Amino acid sequence: MATALAIDPMLSQSYLVREVSKETPDTFTLRLAPDAGSNGSGFQPGQFSMLWVFGVGELPISISGDPAEHDQLVYTVRSVGQATNALVTRAVGEGVGVRGPFGNGWPLQAARGRDVIVVAGGIGLAPLRPVIYEVLNHREDYGRLVVLYGARSPRDLLYRKELAAWARQRETQVLVTVDYGGMSWRGHVGVVTTLFKYARLKPTRSVAMVCGPEIMMRFVTRELENCGLSRSDIYLSMERNMKCALGFCGHCQYGPHFICKDGPVFPYEQLRTLLEKYEL
Amino acid sequence: METLERIIAEHPFFADLDHGFTALMVGCASNVRFKRGDYIFHEGDPADTFYLIREGTVAVEIFAPQHDPIVIATLAEGEILGWSWLLPPYQWKHQARALDNVRAIALDGKCLREKCEQNHDLGYEVLKRFARIIEQRLESTRLQLIDVYAAK
Amino acid sequence: MVATSLLASHEGTSSTAVPEPTYAFDVTQLEQLIELLQRDGYSVLGPTVRDGAVVYGPIHSIEDLPKGWTDEQSPGKYRLKRHEGEALFAYGVGPQSWKKYLHPAEVRLWAAERKNGSFRILNNEPHDERPQAFLGVRACELAAIRIQDRVLLEDRYRDPIYGERRRRTFMVAVQCTGTGAVCFCASMGMGPAVGEGADLIVTELVDAAGHRFLARAGSERGRAVLEELKATPASSADLNTAQAAVEQAARAQTRSIDVEGVKKLLYQNFEHSRWEQVAARCLSCANCTMVCPTCFCTTVEDSSDASGTCAERWRRWDSCFTQSFSYIHGGSIRTSAKARYRQWITHKLAAWIDQFGTLGCVGCGRCITWCPAGIDITEEVRALREGSNHGNS
Repeated sequence: MATALAIDPMLSQSYLVREVSKETPDTFTLRLAPDAGSNGSGFQPGQFSMLWVFGVGELPISISGDPAEHDQLVYTVRSVGQATNALVTRAVGEGVGVRGPFGNGWPLQAARGRDVIVVAGGIGLAPLRPVIYEVLNHREDYGRLVVLYGARSPRDLLYRKELAAWARQRETQVLVTVDYGGMSWRGHVGVVTTLFKYARLKPTRSVAMVCGPEIMMRFVTRELENCGLSRSDIYLSMERNMKCALGFCGHCQYGPHFICKDGPVFPYEQLRTLLEKYEL
Repeated sequence: METLERIIAEHPFFADLDHGFTALMVGCASNVRFKRGDYIFHEGDPADTFYLIREGTVAVEIFAPQHDPIVIATLAEGEILGWSWLLPPYQWKHQARALDNVRAIALDGKCLREKCEQNHDLGYEVLKRFARIIEQRLESTRLQLIDVYAAK
Repeated sequence: MVATSLLASHEGTSSTAVPEPTYAFDVTQLEQLIELLQRDGYSVLGPTVRDGAVVYGPIHSIEDLPKGWTDEQSPGKYRLKRHEGEALFAYGVGPQSWKKYLHPAEVRLWAAERKNGSFRILNNEPHDERPQAFLGVRACELAAIRIQDRVLLEDRYRDPIYGERRRRTFMVAVQCTGTGAVCFCASMGMGPAVGEGADLIVTELVDAAGHRFLARAGSERGRAVLEELKATPASSADLNTAQAAVEQAARAQTRSIDVEGVKKLLYQNFEHSRWEQVAARCLSCANCTMVCPTCFCTTVEDSSDASGTCAERWRRWDSCFTQSFSYIHGGSIRTSAKARYRQWITHKLAAWIDQFGTLGCVGCGRCITWCPAGIDITEEVRALREGSNHGNS
């Protein structure tokens, strides 16, 4: 009996690099379009793909593009190792293997009719950018949009032009801070939690979506609770080692959860006691 | 001074403070303005004042030789700037620079600390309120120190 | 018993059907069974003595089975031992489990070749391996296979590699009529009586009345095989003897885990002094995860040839005892042996229940025998419980 050794979703689809743009000294945004013979795919904001570079390896990378654009997939990748470096140095026209999209995505249905608070730290803005696009694309479906974004320094800020453009949209507040500002930086200096006092929030009619380093998320969730948001209205996107994205490899376990198939987005209520555990 | 009184009375820092005392603070409060780039205070200057920022952003900085001043934090509308007036030697330990045109209410710290010495109930209330601000700034500074976004 | 009910509920087999008749056959017919399976295209795999242990390998005839062998097992120790008598299945489970055939240690997921700057996947190699027949699946192992079925076939995604091998596997389970020193399947509700899922359930009897096998079908395929063997209905005396032997095997087990509230016990004792103690002994060698019949974790390795024109992706067994297992850029999450041991046992006995509705441990005892430091999972659970303020709540 002849049977394929492996079928979707274990197989990478061939995509071609359409554009690579530099966001910061170590972070790049890649636009990929399906190669002939590959099926394009839509995605939900917050989902991720497994990106593969020929002979190098595969990595989970959040989709950072506009969910309304169906002909391409956009990823923002920080070069921190061999595989991410191989990804960001792809030339236009070269191939990248794509599996997915995987994961559950942000709770946009639950956010309908409510204010959306986006809290991002560093590269954590990438998986949240599709939320911002989605809200701005369907402005009437949501209340106010508040974006709180913290980065290490001004040169580490992602999507600077877009941040400025979003800030000009109606019913939208964008606040940006950096941990280390130089003399030329005229914006806020301080960690992202220091922005909350400037945010115009209606805690009982808001849904908060948070992504960033775990330490940052721990402090942000406390601040959101202080502001009056209920735990069930706070969502976090988690990261762990991931090999298969299908729930088979076991690597992404986080307590009882598999980040790949149960997440990466979880209500804070589910994670609260786990976030406090060291080496879980 | 009606506006000043309202602003002070409604500011969370002064909430639930003894009425007579708030009136006293209003009596020694004044509106101040700083142009973008102005220094509000310098390191080593006598610290007899604190500020309630009404508009604009202030950078709290520390300078080092061969460096641009390092911005430790920025403070903006609604925030309290300065606590060096509260504890000896009553000198500023950092410098504060207006990043925009800044409007603020200057409050007489010297007068306040003397009142606190005389009236310890008031002193405890004031210390509690400043302790909270100091705790928040310390927490924020700790997080900056961790450098959470750094590539490892 | 939590474990029993959890495991029983997932199969959903009707218990109202007429009891399956039990047949008897002799050693010659067992030989015929092997031939018959071979004739039907199966590779027959079963226990055989190699490298000083009972391992699983091709069985060409009953001569390959471990006749005259048993073993002695204790924490950190395994020795083969001769025994008198005709029994073929008098051994306790060895270092290997059937997962080496269903969920192989190494599998090539696909190959790709470079093509105009991009690539082409060459995965469609025919899977021409013969279907497998497992001879001598113990109750604990069958339970482990069903646990892996739940993980790899019955969750969000389906692993086609496991699924294809599993679908084509014929399973002859052999009930334990003796028990090893490290066994604790009875306390887990996983054995020694064989549960659902085998094609044939066999009990070996050796006594004054001779050497014979009682067999009951667990599937249509099993029924057909028994019919062809011309097995005769078992006597009620033999049925009673077999049942008594299996029950005796359960009673003879000296090790146990009290599964009542074990999930809560583990979850509530994330901080416990016992973790430091076990970590001081644990070598993080990963033996326990390699011998475990339910451990399913894998990693993938991508490689390319020297010219860079062909690339392959391989899937290999991995272990939560390695540092790299939890690595994300910047470092590993579980850097200490304490955290890794805790993750392993907490997954087995607590998180698994939340994830898949069953315990992840079947009580086979392999992790106890094959731990070079002799760490005993049953002892660790007991120590946690005794030192816990919450364990008995």
